[in-house]
Amino acid sequence: MLKVEHLHHSYGKAEILKNIDFGVERGEAFVTIGPTGSGKTTLLRLVSLLERPSSGNIYFDGHLVNNSERARLEIRRRMAVVSQKPAVFNASVFDNVAYGLKVRKEKGTGLRSKVMYALETVGLAGYERRDARTLSGGETQRVALARAMVVEPELLLLDEPTANLDPVSTTHIEKLVTDVIKKSNMTVMMATHDMFQGQRLADRMGVLVAGEMLQTGKPGEIFSSPRGREIAEFVGMENIIAGIITSNEEGIVDIKFNGGAVEAISNFSVGEEIYAGIRPEEITLARTKESTSARNTFNGEITRIVLFGPLARVELNCGFPLVALITKRSAEEMNLQTGDRIYASFKATGVHVIKG
Amino acid sequence: MHAIVDAFVLAVKMIFTGDPEVYGITARTLEISLSSTVIGALLFVPLGCLIYFNNFRGKRTLISIIQTCYSLPTVFVGLLVFLVFSRAGPLGIFGIMFTPQVMVIGQVVLVSAIVTGLTISALSGVSPAIRETAISLGASRLQSVWTVLKEARFAVLTAVLVGFGRAISEVGLALMVGGNIRGYTRVLTTAISLETGKGEIALSLALGFILVAIALIVTILANRFLRVKEVYVAQSRASAS
Repeated sequence: MLKVEHLHHSYGKAEILKNIDFGVERGEAFVTIGPTGSGKTTLLRLVSLLERPSSGNIYFDGHLVNNSERARLEIRRRMAVVSQKPAVFNASVFDNVAYGLKVRKEKGTGLRSKVMYALETVGLAGYERRDARTLSGGETQRVALARAMVVEPELLLLDEPTANLDPVSTTHIEKLVTDVIKKSNMTVMMATHDMFQGQRLADRMGVLVAGEMLQTGKPGEIFSSPRGREIAEFVGMENIIAGIITSNEEGIVDIKFNGGAVEAISNFSVGEEIYAGIRPEEITLARTKESTSARNTFNGEITRIVLFGPLARVELNCGFPLVALITKRSAEEMNLQTGDRIYASFKATGVHVIKG
Repeated sequence: MHAIVDAFVLAVKMIFTGDPEVYGITARTLEISLSSTVIGALLFVPLGCLIYFNNFRGKRTLISIIQTCYSLPTVFVGLLVFLVFSRAGPLGIFGIMFTPQVMVIGQVVLVSAIVTGLTISALSGVSPAIRETAISLGASRLQSVWTVLKEARFAVLTAVLVGFGRAISEVGLALMVGGNIRGYTRVLTTAISLETGKGEIALSLALGFILVAIALIVTILANRFLRVKEVYVAQSRASAS
């Protein structure tokens, strides 16, 4: 459906996108995740043909998108975009949603029924007479979604559609997007900085960091086996320790680092410099040293406890910093306090070894 | 103060007694100024769009020149039009000097900078996101330009109304190229100038009141037209749905 090859884009001397390659299959939901300023919006602007790349090729439905304005318009009419802060026209909600159909010369009852159906789908039935500029952020985003969906695009491009919304509106929009993906079999490309949202919505993901697409794959792959330190950090692997492989016995490696050593599963050879990544939720805490199957146990002092929602983030000093994520209830039952000394354990399979 | 009240009473009397001279001058004034405004709008709103939506070398300088021309003296424009259309001028063969037609041409020149410049300003006031949204929803270049123009409709109407104000209130050009011929090229401003010269202050003031009243009525009608159109569009959409 969509193929991007060697895409580069610069604004003046600032290189925003560097050699981007990826593809999106028909009916697939491809989510680009990356921190703010990584180039996600620029990538979507290039794919939606709002801008021309400095170099590289974009193929839509197997055809190279060329420079002819007419050809670009034809392809643009097979797509629709929902942006982070959608602009609404100084017109009624009905006219806003009908816009894409009108520019495609649709009119009459067909147009009306499509607009009304789109409004109903996004939960805005009865809003058609309202001035679109008087709507709330969540409602505006729903109008933008209806406006994009009403033209039945082959490719729906979503640029951080929930970035400026409250949690309730975010949930609503996410549900709408999920419904659209499931019901219409539409191809969706979405950009978000929220890795969990990306994980929820994506069939496949691409991690964009500092203008480079560092990894593409299924969400599970990216979250469990990040290919680099930047990706590991972005996908929430808070414990990243630089070390060196000191032994490898049939895939079970010992990793030595400043402050200790851990056991992990990896194919890296002895002497290779690596990063050992441990997800905070894979660390268990105990008051006493217990005999468990976990291959890695460290004694450390609690330096900080931060409660958020049902979870507690426990920061430890084990000779090296370690962060564990446990439930608030566990923290209360164990009566964890700053300054306490406790044991932190994690399995060898919980250590993700990343090339250094 | 007494003279102003007298003039106001005289203006009302002239309007309601159907003074043919006053009606003739007023009708001619409206005909010439509205013609020049409509022609000016048809020519210079698109020119403003052309300048705003295209990037070219010297664009900023051109806009600065246009803005400088807002305050172009009417007598200077009159002189230029006179030189062009006088018998010895390059377009003298048309023989339209001292006719309402040349007054319209002169006023079109006069409003050109204001309508073009204020159209550019009006379009600049619309968020660039509007045009991008239009394009991303499948609008062609022309459709996206039309969308932005619609967004700026009140400001563009203001540009046209300011142009109308400049056209209807100018006197230097009308005198120079129109000649203030009674029953033919005499308009409200030239009539005021003439009557003041004759010492008919009350009559001049009365004509002035009529001039202001016309400008007011045209502005109100134009604003109403836009509002009515908006309400009509909203209602027709609602009833259709």
